[in-house]
Amino acid sequence: MMYGFEWDTATPLTYAWSILPIILIGLTVTLQAAAAGFAIALGLGLVFAMLRRSRIRTVSWTTAVVVEFLRDTPLLVQLFFLYYVLPDYGVTLPAFLTGAIALGLQYSAYTSEVYRGGIDAVPRGQWEAATALNLSRMQTYRDIVVPQIVPRILPAMGNYLVAMIKETPVLSVVTVLEMMALANMIGERTFEYLVPLTLVGVIFLILTLICSAGLHRLQKVLPKAGIPLR
Amino acid sequence: MEWVSYLPSLARGALVTASITLAAIAVGAVLAFAAGIARVEGGRVLSTVALCYTEIFRGTSLLVQLFWFYYALPLVGVSFEPVETGILVLALHVGAYGSEIVRGALSSVSVQQHEAARALNFGRMQTLFRISLPQAIVEMMPAFGNLAIETLKLSSLVSLISIADLTFRAQSIRNLTLDSAGVYSLTLVGYFAMSLVLMALMRLIERALRRGPAFPRAAHS
Repeated sequence: MMYGFEWDTATPLTYAWSILPIILIGLTVTLQAAAAGFAIALGLGLVFAMLRRSRIRTVSWTTAVVVEFLRDTPLLVQLFFLYYVLPDYGVTLPAFLTGAIALGLQYSAYTSEVYRGGIDAVPRGQWEAATALNLSRMQTYRDIVVPQIVPRILPAMGNYLVAMIKETPVLSVVTVLEMMALANMIGERTFEYLVPLTLVGVIFLILTLICSAGLHRLQKVLPKAGIPLR
Repeated sequence: MEWVSYLPSLARGALVTASITLAAIAVGAVLAFAAGIARVEGGRVLSTVALCYTEIFRGTSLLVQLFWFYYALPLVGVSFEPVETGILVLALHVGAYGSEIVRGALSSVSVQQHEAARALNFGRMQTLFRISLPQAIVEMMPAFGNLAIETLKLSSLVSLISIADLTFRAQSIRNLTLDSAGVYSLTLVGYFAMSLVLMALMRLIERALRRGPAFPRAAHS
């Protein structure tokens, strides 16, 4: 993807303009990685949050330790672990998938806390009322808990999505060709890092500013009382 | 028991990680308070400068910042040692996040407190350092604790600018021995242990602040 583009290093501006198409290809990889990672984090985080609420002590305690461990160790080392250790046990995944899983694992620790906070914020009386009305656990979650916690947890989840987008450059160390990896490669060939790296920085800045503006709007639009699912 | 032979090298790396993290936290705290106070109390110019700093360092990713300072800045004639670059960038990054914590805590000090200080003829600086900050700093501590852990985790990225920290050592040992599972498990446990220690440390500081002379009446409130 580096070829077929002419690099005009005459002035910083023409240089930036000429490498923009390459960086934008990297941007799509960045966004895909963040989307895949976030999907994993949302799903796995919910699983962790549920296991954490389990009535069996061993299950809830083990989950707490696992979540704490995931949260307190660096993404980079987790990524290396997945990338180098999984193949030793016969699991060979493409680098992109390994990266997305690493992002998802790290952030599932965060999202599980968000879910937990959301579920805990549902007043006790409602759980009791649901029991009194003879609703099953499944019905309680589907009709009572989820509609209330969705607007409550969305802003926090959005913040984590933005944070995750900003962590995707780490995936470049396991050969995922996202924005920063490409900028570095361009720098290596032209011996001129300032423009490509600044360009990537600016794109990240624009991206996060757009995302936080969107989140701000979302928070205003969301109904405070909850979203009915049916 | 092959993994025992990794321990000396990993321990040396852990020492580097610990010192970089602590240095970055110290410098970052100064930046956080400077920018946070500038946002709340500074005039238009100061608060705009602080806002730009926070937005730039919170809005871009740390790895881009690190590479920018490591590869790009020397091209315009500014260069530091790798360790200095690592600490500086890490501090700038977490300082930006920290300044939001400082700003939030400072602006949550109630209006009545400010009015009371005014009634007692306190100056602006006196109000800030004698009334607002002592109360706000205790509110900041839990968030600062999380940020400290975050700093430790992010410090692993300095291995990518050739600093021989824990992650860097782990990489070198793995390249020699190919024992990925052993090396990386040990490394993860090492980071986990360090964050537990850091967490305990931050709790101690919080407790000291709550009891400290700067906050004599906290115990009763």
